[in-house]
Amino acid sequence: MNGPHDLGGRHGFGPVVPEPEGTLFHADWEKRVLGMTLAAAALGYWNIDASRHARESLPPAIYYNASYYEIWLRALINILIDAGEVTEAEASTGVSTAPGKRADRKMPASAVPGVLAKGGPADRPGAAPQFAVGDQVRTRNIQPAGHTRLPAYARGRAGIIVAIHGAHVFPDSNAHFAGEAPEPLYTVAFAATELYGADADPTLTVHIEAWEPYLDRA
Amino acid sequence: MHDHAHHDNELDEMTARVRALETILVEKGLIDPAAVDAIIDTYEHKVGPRNGTAVVARAWADPAFADWLRADANAAIADMGFVGRQGEHMVALFNSPDLHNMVVCTLCSCYPWPVLGLPPTWYKAPAYRSRAVREPRKVLEEFGVTLPDDQQIKVWDSTAEVRYLVIPARPANTDGMKEADLASLVTRDSMIGCGLAKTPGAV
Repeated sequence: MNGPHDLGGRHGFGPVVPEPEGTLFHADWEKRVLGMTLAAAALGYWNIDASRHARESLPPAIYYNASYYEIWLRALINILIDAGEVTEAEASTGVSTAPGKRADRKMPASAVPGVLAKGGPADRPGAAPQFAVGDQVRTRNIQPAGHTRLPAYARGRAGIIVAIHGAHVFPDSNAHFAGEAPEPLYTVAFAATELYGADADPTLTVHIEAWEPYLDRA
Repeated sequence: MHDHAHHDNELDEMTARVRALETILVEKGLIDPAAVDAIIDTYEHKVGPRNGTAVVARAWADPAFADWLRADANAAIADMGFVGRQGEHMVALFNSPDLHNMVVCTLCSCYPWPVLGLPPTWYKAPAYRSRAVREPRKVLEEFGVTLPDDQQIKVWDSTAEVRYLVIPARPANTDGMKEADLASLVTRDSMIGCGLAKTPGAV
């Protein structure tokens, strides 16, 4: 989707503000949002692509005015409402009016180390790749209303395949619970001048990961 | 619409909203507050950039390990025990006098948690996400880093589940240093490509 999250190459966001290494949170509530988001994932209502889609689906005026963990909080509430586990009234009052439906899936503290160490690999058995390292490709100009991981700045651009990662879960499908639909995944390199025109930094090459349905042979 | 009348006046608005959600999720039996605590503790105290510094120092000290890291970063990093969420598909990027690598996630905040921990705020913010793929030299200057005009820059936008660890160039005057001392020269930002490793005199 052409949402507020798709920021690559855009102007007007000001300088980067570095911080010391130890600064990860700016308030205790941010920690709770992180922990709740990861813990609630165990309920099994969403996958990583759906959770990203919930964040990018926030209205742009809210997305740009929210801190990062506020975006996470709003998306977590929305996705729990979609799951039928929470109502807007409950979320705003803090008063529960019905028991949870999937309390049997609650992640106990004892399961946390194992769940975090296991992670969620995205590689799957799938079709052999059509492209090889060194092949010239052009990204398609796809602009779906739903989730995609092809950023706007890299649509319709000529690049070269520099790595092949095997078949990975296809977010454009998985985010909408339409199946994992694994597709070959590539790293594609673009000259900055191809992305931004003649004024771009001539020493810069930008890489994205692109699933095969994002690419045509050039 | 939020009904502020229901909130404790002593809490700021975000604290109140987060507490409201946690309260109902706990009451519904959907989350265990102790599990939330354990997740926070993991990324506040156990998993952080110290892991990445150990990988870099070993790559500097051990050419065979560096070769393994280039060929199969997933296996080489897992061999050091750094595995898990947001590090399932690792790739190592080696900086050199001719090449500077830098990592971003323009679409969200993808970051190699097992080796670097949680991403810093600036990494998740619009300024870095919009500019890293377009004017990395200017971004680097905001970190106090000026690259030679003719050094090539490769920026890697983490649009899938592949996660990148930058191996900064080994500083001069570090011959014969032990791995633990080498690791102390490696900064988090240098492993994102937003800084350089420190020189021994500057530690």
